[in-house]
Amino acid sequence: MINPFRICPTTGLGVHKDADALIKANAVAATVALLIGGVAAVLVLLTRWQAVHLLSDVWFYRILTVHGMNMLIFFILFFEMAVLYFASAVLLNCRVPAPKTGWAAFALMVAGAAMVEWAMITGRADVLFTSYVPLKAHWSFYLGVILFAVGAILVTGIFFATLVVAKRERTYEGSVPLVTFGALTAAVIAAITLLHGAAIYIPTFLWSLDLMSVDPQVYRLVWWGLGHSSQQINVAAMVAIWYLLGALTVGAVVVNEKISRTAFVLYILFISMASAHHLLVDPGFGPSWKIVNTSYFMYMAVLASMLHGFTVPAGIEMGMRLRGFTQGIFGWLRRAPWHDPGFSSLCLSVVVFGFVGGITGVTFGTEQINIIAHNTLRIPGHFHATVVSGTAMAFMGVTYYVIPLIFRKKIAFYPLAKWQPWVFSAGMLVFSMAMTFAGTFGIPRRHWDITFAGAPFSVEYSAAVDLLLAVMAAGGLVAAAGGAMYIVVTVWSVFFGKPLGDDMTPSALAGSVPPGLYTRPFKELPAAQADLKEHGRLGMMPGTMILVGVFMLAFVVYYFANWKLLSAMWQIG
Amino acid sequence: MHATGITPPKGVWWKPAHKSEKIWATVAFVWCMVLFAMMPVWHLRGGQNPSGIRAKVAPEDFQARVQEFIRDHQIGTDNGFPVVAPPPGSDVYMIGQMWTWLPVLQLEKDAEYTLHLSALDVNHGFNLYPFNVNFQVVPGYDYGLRIVPTEAGEYGVVCNEFCGLGHHLMVGKVIVVDPETEAP
Repeated sequence: MINPFRICPTTGLGVHKDADALIKANAVAATVALLIGGVAAVLVLLTRWQAVHLLSDVWFYRILTVHGMNMLIFFILFFEMAVLYFASAVLLNCRVPAPKTGWAAFALMVAGAAMVEWAMITGRADVLFTSYVPLKAHWSFYLGVILFAVGAILVTGIFFATLVVAKRERTYEGSVPLVTFGALTAAVIAAITLLHGAAIYIPTFLWSLDLMSVDPQVYRLVWWGLGHSSQQINVAAMVAIWYLLGALTVGAVVVNEKISRTAFVLYILFISMASAHHLLVDPGFGPSWKIVNTSYFMYMAVLASMLHGFTVPAGIEMGMRLRGFTQGIFGWLRRAPWHDPGFSSLCLSVVVFGFVGGITGVTFGTEQINIIAHNTLRIPGHFHATVVSGTAMAFMGVTYYVIPLIFRKKIAFYPLAKWQPWVFSAGMLVFSMAMTFAGTFGIPRRHWDITFAGAPFSVEYSAAVDLLLAVMAAGGLVAAAGGAMYIVVTVWSVFFGKPLGDDMTPSALAGSVPPGLYTRPFKELPAAQADLKEHGRLGMMPGTMILVGVFMLAFVVYYFANWKLLSAMWQIG
Repeated sequence: MHATGITPPKGVWWKPAHKSEKIWATVAFVWCMVLFAMMPVWHLRGGQNPSGIRAKVAPEDFQARVQEFIRDHQIGTDNGFPVVAPPPGSDVYMIGQMWTWLPVLQLEKDAEYTLHLSALDVNHGFNLYPFNVNFQVVPGYDYGLRIVPTEAGEYGVVCNEFCGLGHHLMVGKVIVVDPETEAP
């Protein structure tokens, strides 16, 4: 029998052919969805930029639906399926226990996605991503989502099965690696999320066939059990990828397994309560329910993110110090491999996710502050900073390692790849900040024409809004260019790229794959070990302590500024 | 060698945290408690809370209440829409439907009203311009918010929940008059 494992020459891990093939298929499907969603993004952007106002009203709402479904469901979930196979089968040296089920799941997901795309493009589902009942789409839209979700839940099952098989067949020693633990967290949240999805899409599918009724408020509650929790799968997967990229690019260490794993468990326990973030100014729920749920039971999931926000940079700092970059407080950061697209993606993802996405998210998710945020541009401003600048950026960064490690190809147009994270992240940063600020003027999200031409009463926004929307558009176009760079590099590398070959020496690889792959194995210097000392009150990770201090300050200022803003409104109670 | 995120840790990994991790975890935990406490504190001390009086209501019943409210307190029309001036302290109604807000309300500055919001057909979003005040308007649910308009002027009511193809045309109006400067 031919050995189904190939030994990865870079990491020494055994990679099973089924895992290889399933990762490739899901990654390619993710990229197709990203391309469709990206084209839709540009069309939506050029319409909301009021000076251009490209699409007609009908096509704006239609393409906005396409954008949301492709980015938030198809791209993200296909990519996460690849992550699940990678974090289980590859990292644990294990076979995929049910490869045929894996392919059946993939086929279901592709069929479901195709059905939804068809319903949207033919105008049978102009209901936007959330499809709030009683807005009604054609039944094929709901059925497509159900098929897609069933496929995803099968892959989640295969992931759990792989963990069991790996343990039984003793393919690794000790506990599962932290990255696998993070992926496990994502998979548990995915199971919870997809059950919510079943609980709402099946009744809604039946409702679309006039077979039952669905209460609009109950729909919003259960739908967001899917809609928000699915973003928490992203958070868990993204944090797992942060640890993965840290390990691959600079040999980041896990400062303390207990802290990092406890933080992941906090996600599992509390993060599904975030459905409430969307219901804070809804009539169906009372204040106690809103406060307990919106805060993930006293902000325990926020605590988890703040812990990861410390341990990820701390692991990088300690890893760098152990390798001899001990100079001063920030010497490790200055001499980090900023030209490695995996490393720059990691850092940009952490910073923008934390400073922009995290701070705005917690602030807008406060019961009363939501009054001045709900359904304005502040909300998409927030989640573009989390899901795009955070999750998608991390996913892009890890692709630059997946292409050589799994596809065994060199990175085409490598200089372009080096610049891609910077272009994409800078564009998204400008875009999401301008969008958030425009939202403070009350500009509605999901709106075709904020000049309200033809409306019975006139509403005229301040001139600052025009400027902010123009800045938003400029940032968005730069980000779209960054996204296009990513697609060109990855598609070209995968389909037309040069094979990696067997020569793994730095001279053969330099300039065609990220440096993390050929500077390995990282050597920890024994001398540095001794030098890993306490820097006064700042401890062993002084640079990280200062960085999180700056973060804390920004958080406190933004949070209380919003209370101040709220207090200027009419009295409401 | 220290363990990285991709190496399986061997043996017992439940070890005491570094001092810096403990410090940060404490700071983060305390901050989370502050974040949590702010919400109940604002219910006691703050002027803006989304609590309201909440009830289920059949859309046609709510519509009938709105019609009765308009009949009782209408003082004129604006652009074809009834303008309604209810007495201070009373219950006032606004209904969202594809793609209008009914009626136009005329309120007095610094008087308290209970503003009942609901929808006839699909979800709508109540956004008060130029203030940025937002509430979800759900068919089948009555959201009664006690409001005190604190400044006189003309306000727009923008719909900010997608409600179909005429969504962007859905603009209503609230007028707040100062009873001291504008004698009736």
